[in-house]
Amino acid sequence: MADSAVHDIPSDYEPSLFGTYSKKIGMWLFLLSDSLTFGALLYAYSYGRISTAGWPTPFHSESILNATVMTAFLLTSSLTMVLAVRASVDRNAKAQTLWLLATMACGIGFIVLHGREWSNLISKGLSLPMFPAVPGHEAEAEFVNVSKTVPQFASTFFTLTGMHMLHVTLGVIYLGVVALRRKFIPILLALWLAAWLLTPAYSPFHYGAHVLLIAAIVITIILWLKPKVYDSSDVEVAGLYWHFVDLVWMFIFPLVYLMSAKIL
Amino acid sequence: MDTTQLALAERAAEQQRHHGKALFFWVWGALLVMTAIEVFLTYQNMQPVKMLTILMGLSLIKAALIIGYFMHLKYEVSRMKWLTMCSVVACLILMTIFFFPDAFRILYLGVK
Repeated sequence: MADSAVHDIPSDYEPSLFGTYSKKIGMWLFLLSDSLTFGALLYAYSYGRISTAGWPTPFHSESILNATVMTAFLLTSSLTMVLAVRASVDRNAKAQTLWLLATMACGIGFIVLHGREWSNLISKGLSLPMFPAVPGHEAEAEFVNVSKTVPQFASTFFTLTGMHMLHVTLGVIYLGVVALRRKFIPILLALWLAAWLLTPAYSPFHYGAHVLLIAAIVITIILWLKPKVYDSSDVEVAGLYWHFVDLVWMFIFPLVYLMSAKIL
Repeated sequence: MDTTQLALAERAAEQQRHHGKALFFWVWGALLVMTAIEVFLTYQNMQPVKMLTILMGLSLIKAALIIGYFMHLKYEVSRMKWLTMCSVVACLILMTIFFFPDAFRILYLGVK
């Protein structure tokens, strides 16, 4: 349907090969390259699983329930994101901002639950050598055993889920900028301070929180160099990124969590 | 944006206006139901290979729904659909060809 209309739009330049605007094509190209990054990480995890005898199944029902709620948060955030895009094309600025904020809330819910899951696993002894020991917590033999006998599990698990958590965090920041523009910078700085000061020094999130500070600096530079009001095309492009983050989780959840569930 | 880009963006927005919101709720419901099925299957004590096949099948359907409806690829021009999807699928097939036979080799023969 749309193919025939691609060349109808008058232009001083060549007609668009993909029949859409450049920003959207740019985001699609980025997402294709990013899908290969996640593809490589998922393949590395699967490779480790296939080639290692005695692959652990450490996820108890609480972890599976937690991951299921996280999945529901992400799926719901995708729904609120399409509603934000719809509000933007209908030029309903208030609804657009509200739906974007709802999407961010779901994303933050996902990050908090994921952080809780990580902290829980680390305190039980499923850890990486680079993570400091948790003082006052007796590591469980089951998890210490996993870290010693199959170190590939912790390495691939934390790399894969950490990379995804980073993408969700950056997605929330991206949506925050599109929804609130400059007003989001002080909010982001407050979130950074809260995440840095409220997490204990041995937590990986204590140092990971500095991602928010770096993002705040980058955003300040971008908004200072190119201040603008984001239109429906910007919301649609941000939505593409957000849905991609959801899409990747649809493979991580079954492959990492469900296939490694402890069935008693 | 120049006038061409604005016209293309406006046409994309016009395409979005044609879809009812109910469709998005149906897709969301389908995704939640498939997730619930996946969790249910986890506790059915199935053979790992059979379970992996079903879970990955469901994940591919979920991915297709997200890409097609939420990411709106279903409504893009066919050049966009084919070039984007074929390129990424080709790369993933290449990874599969190179990775998995080697993983099985290590499992059965051990690291030499």
